[in-house]
Amino acid sequence: MELITAPLITVPLTIEQPKFKVMNGSHSLNPHIVVENLNIFIKGNHILKDINMTIPDKSITCIIGPSGCGKTTLLRSFNRLHDDNVDVKIKGKLFVDGEDIYTKDTEVTHIRKKMGLLAQRPCSLPMSIIDNVVYGPRLHGVRGRRKLYEIARHQLVAVGLWDEVKDRLKTPASTLSIGQQQRLCLARGLAVEPEIILGDEATSALDPISSKTIEELFVTIKDKYTVVLVTHTLRQAKRIADYVAFMYMGELVEFGTADQLFNHPKNQLTKEYISGGFS
Amino acid sequence: MLKSRLLKDRIARHYMLTATVMAIFFLFLIGGGLFLKSLPIMQEKGLWTLLTTSNWRPFKGDFGFASYILSTLYVTGIAIIIALPLSLLTSIYIIEYASPKILRAFSSVVDLLAGIPPVIYGVWGTLTIVPFISKSIAPHFVEFSTGYSVLAAGVVLAIMIIPLIISILMEVFSAVPKEMREASMSLGATKWQTVKKVVIRKSIPGVIAATVLAISRAFGETLAVLMVCGNFTDLPKSIFDACYPLPALIANNYGEMMSVPQYESALMFAAFLLFFIIVLFNVISRLVLIQIDKRYQL
Repeated sequence: MELITAPLITVPLTIEQPKFKVMNGSHSLNPHIVVENLNIFIKGNHILKDINMTIPDKSITCIIGPSGCGKTTLLRSFNRLHDDNVDVKIKGKLFVDGEDIYTKDTEVTHIRKKMGLLAQRPCSLPMSIIDNVVYGPRLHGVRGRRKLYEIARHQLVAVGLWDEVKDRLKTPASTLSIGQQQRLCLARGLAVEPEIILGDEATSALDPISSKTIEELFVTIKDKYTVVLVTHTLRQAKRIADYVAFMYMGELVEFGTADQLFNHPKNQLTKEYISGGFS
Repeated sequence: MLKSRLLKDRIARHYMLTATVMAIFFLFLIGGGLFLKSLPIMQEKGLWTLLTTSNWRPFKGDFGFASYILSTLYVTGIAIIIALPLSLLTSIYIIEYASPKILRAFSSVVDLLAGIPPVIYGVWGTLTIVPFISKSIAPHFVEFSTGYSVLAAGVVLAIMIIPLIISILMEVFSAVPKEMREASMSLGATKWQTVKKVVIRKSIPGVIAATVLAISRAFGETLAVLMVCGNFTDLPKSIFDACYPLPALIANNYGEMMSVPQYESALMFAAFLLFFIIVLFNVISRLVLIQIDKRYQL
């Protein structure tokens, strides 16, 4: 809640990132995901403690923090990926578009359709490249070869993979390089027309060039999507984040605009972490 | 110091190589031995006659294997048709849907079932399946059946190989990476859609391998089948007729063969046939798997 009142542009634009800052200022601040008193227990261990945060739409929010601080657990709770794990107990509320997703009547497929997930290692499905992209649309009832082909082309162009794969759409997706696969996964996620893209250290298994491509893609798509990324690399967060959440030991220590958190951290822990005091 | 370590490394490698070569060598040793022993009957009767006729009168010198070969194929076929769908559904339920508690309990039950000796399955089949077929099922289809039949053998065999298939399939399905399921679910797929389109697809090579193993096992299963199949040499006309698979033929007659000329060679030929069918079957399925891998790279 304090986020909304936080002034957005208080410091002069920095030279390296003018583009993002300008865009940042130009959109309105609508909360897209709202987390209220979220507590998660795994096998009785208190993994997430009273998390409250509001993630604004059409921007990139990075969740940073040392290993084991609960970043991934938090991210996975956004699209209810803990559902199948009986060891996980979740308390609290999580609103997406103002709808509480952890009520009994919420249809989980409906929630997940709103979000595309990019895992740490790209995980192509055991089928051809084109079938991977149209997997989601097919699930949701889109039929017709022409239509599906158009969807695939559109999304593959969007992630810059089209020229590399257009001649071998029918070959197994596993023949692609790992960087290409991650872009394929992004295309697959975008094809269900989600509102939110979740990335769980989505670039950590990639080489620097693929990693840069993915990062740039995130920046291009944030006009249309809310992007939430868990990242290990502070530099990445500095490069692309509009908002940053710093977590430590299962608690949300600080949340704010990238500028605010990196340049004027309020909390001592945040200060130490971003200056490389611990990792 | 370094030298002795290197020496040990070398010895270990050669030791293991020898063991490996020996294991493969046995395959050829068995195949070759059976072939040599069955050569006399093949030369005398001709391979074609042996395979296509079904007269079996050792005392008159008639050796036709057609009914044994067909019995073996029928019984195995029925067993797989019954066992495979059941095992698939069970293992999918256990791995994808059941709670970890059920999974643990069920795994030990499956191991237990797989460990029950064939003779027990045979006795149980004789006491329950055979009369059930004779009294309740067969009368709807044929005039008379003792119950000792292709169907009884198939059912008992199916029940025997179900635990085997389930335990392999459980391994196969759990080998599908969790991330793959999550990738599918995060696109809004239901559990069943994920199972159908991702888990099973990814597991096809494993399912084929499990089936092959089960069929090989079924081909060779002797005792339980022998107890319920009726051991009657004739071409079975329906699944309610008695039959006589190859392993049962060998097991039933091996002791008495000495008095009749060519008998030993004929039984060796039966064994060689069984061996050949299983090897051929495995080779074919291996080729299929290679093709699948080439085309789909699952």
